[in-house]
Amino acid sequence: MKRGHRWLGILLPLLVVAGLLLYPVITDNESNRETSFTILKAIALASSLNILLGYTGYVSFGHIVFYGFGGYVGIYVVNELGWSIWAGLLVGGLASGLLAFLLGKAILRLRGAYFALATIGVNEAMKAFANNFDLFGGPIGMVLNFSVYKPYGGAAQALSMTFFILAGLTFAALIISHLVRTSKFGLSLQAIRENEDAAEVMGVVTPDAKTWAYVLSAIIPGMVGVLFFFKNGHVEPPLAFPLHASIELLVMVMLGGQGTVLGPILGAFAYQGMRGYLVTSDFFKDIQLSVSGVLLLLIVLFIPAGAVGWFRHRIPSLRRVLA
Amino acid sequence: MQQLNLLLTSLPDGILLGFVFGLAAMGLALIWGVMNVINLSHGPIIALGMFGTFISFIRLGIHPYLGMVIVAILGLLLGVVIYFVAVNRVINAPHLSSLLATFSVNMIIIGIGTAVFTTSPYNVDFNMGSFKIGSTTILGTRLIAALIAILFTAGLYLFLYKTTPGKFIRAVTNNRAAAELMGVPSTRILALSFGLGTMLAAVSGALIATFFPFSILSGTSYELKSFVIGVLGGLGNPIGALIGGLILGVLEGIIPAFLETSWVPVIEFALFVVILLVRPTGIFGVKR
Repeated sequence: MKRGHRWLGILLPLLVVAGLLLYPVITDNESNRETSFTILKAIALASSLNILLGYTGYVSFGHIVFYGFGGYVGIYVVNELGWSIWAGLLVGGLASGLLAFLLGKAILRLRGAYFALATIGVNEAMKAFANNFDLFGGPIGMVLNFSVYKPYGGAAQALSMTFFILAGLTFAALIISHLVRTSKFGLSLQAIRENEDAAEVMGVVTPDAKTWAYVLSAIIPGMVGVLFFFKNGHVEPPLAFPLHASIELLVMVMLGGQGTVLGPILGAFAYQGMRGYLVTSDFFKDIQLSVSGVLLLLIVLFIPAGAVGWFRHRIPSLRRVLA
Repeated sequence: MQQLNLLLTSLPDGILLGFVFGLAAMGLALIWGVMNVINLSHGPIIALGMFGTFISFIRLGIHPYLGMVIVAILGLLLGVVIYFVAVNRVINAPHLSSLLATFSVNMIIIGIGTAVFTTSPYNVDFNMGSFKIGSTTILGTRLIAALIAILFTAGLYLFLYKTTPGKFIRAVTNNRAAAELMGVPSTRILALSFGLGTMLAAVSGALIATFFPFSILSGTSYELKSFVIGVLGGLGNPIGALIGGLILGVLEGIIPAFLETSWVPVIEFALFVVILLVRPTGIFGVKR
């Protein structure tokens, strides 16, 4: 790979995120900012999941657990201990990373569907635990004290600030994704994806590589969780650990193309756009879940490589730009 | 003493429910064992079984246990259809494909179910009386449900071990390529297995509906229970699933006597992850 081309692949993803960041700023419209927020959040989460799913080939059905756990820990230190949102973000991200490290040491020994099942179990166990854990408010969760917004110039200012922080996190997620993809570490992950036993024989220390991939894929979701619940004003177990949201992330990564930097972005865009349309349309709103299901089925059955994979396969000259 | 009393009232209930949960998990384990596919449409099919009881009893006035036979037949057919539409193409693909394919079926069923039945809870008002042993009351519907679950297990066992299609299913489970070389029509056998798996799920749903309120979304929690049970009894071991169901039922009967009921799922899922780690073939599973 030539030096210049190495950065070509990240150009398009960064432009898309920059566009999402500028769109509400230029139009100066709060409803556009909410739309952008939802898509950016989906991109950040899907890109993080992609490190594990796309590069390493491990299917995590409960990836949202990091979002929920990080969010809980971050909101706890912000609301109960009175730390700043920056410290909250840091602590939330670290907590998720640590959880991933400990979990990874245990469940990454499982392969294929067993790993997928274990991640579902971890998510449900964590949800049930948060329901019972008094420090986190049990089933009621935690409601943010209004005064936490004060240092940032009131609630309205704080909300607009969360949007810019989220954009920053999304940039970070994409750059991590790109760095992993083009590094030697990423190469060893892809070797694990293709054939774990062979990778091990070739000298990849697979347990370490998998654990670090898991940790890398957990930190950003943890921080996004803190940010989202900070903006949302409260956190409760069903909101923090929704299993279906994990699967929506899988759909986004599959839709756009797993194992590419651009894929999760396209997928997040397409899925959120479609969902927004279906939920508001008169004809589809009752049956929107079925329409999404049919679409997912068609993708899984007929274009398993996703949109980016399909384009790369069809139009070889695009391979340099679509990474 | 109070705990003992509580135990005496909740344990028999737990055991009886355990049989029904075991029946649901058996469907999941059968499909996993035969084709290495985790059927994520399991929950909504359980929910459809529940609505089967509702429609046949409340709307058509058919006795629930008779209606269950219709539910079983429809469940079998639905499973065969799902197999050919969603699973057949990805049967040899990586796990992600079959997981997502069955999950898309899950979304389709929930979507249509929500449009038809809404997500509000339903209740089948059906009573088979109850009787007392000491201080323990046992509901007739639960006892009959447990007996039917045992009957279905026995039926499945006989089918798998005594009939030709059953032997074909076991052959495909053991080694699909070798079975094909021996002339077993593997696609048809896979479709039949998937049909049987969904049939068991639908029947367990039909049974649960006779004593618990339900909605189109309530299948999910039973699906998660089925995962736990399947792992307890050994995924791919349908008969072990019944024992796994019993263990879960006993746990659900014992835990509330010592801890708050809300801790039950924490313990269940923690146990689930631990067993997956220590013995992914299940407590009774043999190493393959």
